[in-house]
Amino acid sequence: MQDYQTQKPTVLEILDTHQAMPGNLLPILHGIQDTLGYIPPAAVVDIAKSLNLSQAEVHGVISFYHYFRETPPGDHTIRICRAESCQAMNGKALEAHAKQQLGIDFHETTADGIFSLEPVYCLGNCACSPSITIDDEVIGRVTTEKFDRLLATYKGAK
Amino acid sequence: MTRVFISRDSTALSLGAEQVATALEQQAASKGLSAEIVRNGSRGLFWLEPLVEVETSQGRVAYGPVQVEDVASLLDAGLLDGKQNPLYLGNIEEIAYFKNQNRLTFARVGLTDPVNIEDYLAHDGYRGLKNALALQATEIVKQVTDSGLRGRGGAAFPTGIKWNTVLNAPADQKYIVCNADEGDSGTFSDRMIMEGDPFVLIEGMTIAGLAVGATQGYIYLRVEYPHAKIALNQAIEAAYKNGYLGENIQNSGKTFHLEVRSGAGAYICGEETSLLESLEGKRGLVRFKPPLPAIVGLFGKPTIVNNVISLASIPVILDKGGEYYKNYGMGRSRGTLPLQLAGNIKHPGLFEVAFGMTLRELLYDYGGGSASGRPIRAVQVGGPLGAYLHEGQFDTPLDYEAFAAISAVLGHGGIVVHDDTVNMADMARYAMEFCVEESCGKCTPCRIGSTRGVEVIDRIVDGAQKEKNTVLLRDLCDTMTYGSLCAMGGMTPFPVLSALNHFPEDFGLTAKA
Repeated sequence: MQDYQTQKPTVLEILDTHQAMPGNLLPILHGIQDTLGYIPPAAVVDIAKSLNLSQAEVHGVISFYHYFRETPPGDHTIRICRAESCQAMNGKALEAHAKQQLGIDFHETTADGIFSLEPVYCLGNCACSPSITIDDEVIGRVTTEKFDRLLATYKGAK
Repeated sequence: MTRVFISRDSTALSLGAEQVATALEQQAASKGLSAEIVRNGSRGLFWLEPLVEVETSQGRVAYGPVQVEDVASLLDAGLLDGKQNPLYLGNIEEIAYFKNQNRLTFARVGLTDPVNIEDYLAHDGYRGLKNALALQATEIVKQVTDSGLRGRGGAAFPTGIKWNTVLNAPADQKYIVCNADEGDSGTFSDRMIMEGDPFVLIEGMTIAGLAVGATQGYIYLRVEYPHAKIALNQAIEAAYKNGYLGENIQNSGKTFHLEVRSGAGAYICGEETSLLESLEGKRGLVRFKPPLPAIVGLFGKPTIVNNVISLASIPVILDKGGEYYKNYGMGRSRGTLPLQLAGNIKHPGLFEVAFGMTLRELLYDYGGGSASGRPIRAVQVGGPLGAYLHEGQFDTPLDYEAFAAISAVLGHGGIVVHDDTVNMADMARYAMEFCVEESCGKCTPCRIGSTRGVEVIDRIVDGAQKEKNTVLLRDLCDTMTYGSLCAMGGMTPFPVLSALNHFPEDFGLTAKA
């Protein structure tokens, strides 16, 4: 894990640019995660101080939302939809296959640091289930074979 | 230069539309053909995506589904002249699936360049706002009330009544909040509007601002929709530049500002009070009601919270009048509902139609039956909190009251189809599991009830004191229905009990007498 001191200027800058915005905590957390890939637990102190909140309140918000993470992700984050529409199109088999191929469970990162795996509840791509995203790319009608091809492509692109 | 339309809609992209657009552009150039590629929204006939439409002297000619490998041969076969080839579909608007819809809210989606304000204006855009600017606030609200529009997010609360409450709430600041946290599985109509015609939502929110005296709007958008965020921000920027947002809108002296805010993967934030908490920068805990958000909403001020489709239906109502909109529909369900066919269905897509069509027509005449070719066994309407319907209920008309009469909901119009391989005890368990995952935790029936629900269903399926545990599950559902603070815990029993009642054999139970 990176030393927070190197990340701190980024966090302070994000806090600074959002100062006047009403209801700014979520935009700040997004800003930090978009830039650093995650929200370093040590940043909570600076966020709380800047917004005049307790550290517990800030931590409470981070932990409430599934999207925010406090550990660095892999190079690529794979999100697999677990919702009903994808289940109707063999989503469960895809989920099991993905976990087996990657050798990890949800919320984990592969040992080589390339892939993180997260569950997601609906990507709004239900007309082409089952769906996954890799980083910001949405991919529909994902069979197990297609999943393996995608893994190979992203591994190669590393 | 020939204009070629290839969608920028997420679902089209998820099937390779970006690669097709790139290949077409490059290969046309290398063959010395002149083509201008417009990235439109999707027509919503998703089994035909990636769809390529070519503008010819005979109108728009469609081809699909087109893969990258097809591009070279299509170009050689005279694609840019609208010539026939194996992927030729003709005019997409003549296909029954499209032709038999009533596209009021989705009138422009798939037709125009979503982020080009000139294109929006050329296709009847901002006519509703123009009319609204000439009306008193009460007259705008009256048009909305007269239209009979009910909240399309799922609760179906009359929009006019909500607006009137905010109009009559005295305050120095009011807000318009768009609920774009479309988390229900099987729904994508909000996303399609935001990606395919974002200006219509912006226009609807601006009219709402005029109607109740609100000068600031927020679109609370789920983080799972990155493409919608891009399109919305591009459209908002264009609206500001052209005097349709900001101070002194079209020299009227009126002000309306608009901003997109991202959610962070919490399903509960689609509940309006939880959404407001989230917008304020807090955990998305549901608030007690009353006070209603219309009286004490965002930052304690009177606030309209409306779904994307409700707000996107406002421009056509103000353009053509409340009566025009009201003339579509049946009973107390007026206007149109953009239905979304998803899951195990041959022809998935967006189908905007007046209330009243039966589920069976939609599933078989348009949906074409299951994708797997097996019999359709269960259909969940209205998202993860909606009831499962069995074959005997498919003749129910799509109408809020008709669905309520069979203990079901229309919700946001999402329809997820399952074939006969589905295990309904699994689906019931999943409904409880989803509630465990997504409960905000404020009230006990939802927070604890859902966990106990998973356990009780497991015991029933394992055969442990089946009868006793079934009674217990029903009792638990009763507690959740009547004791929960919001629809999350209150409606989770819908899928659970409908699965139990209609498909007892999947729980190892004999049919109820």
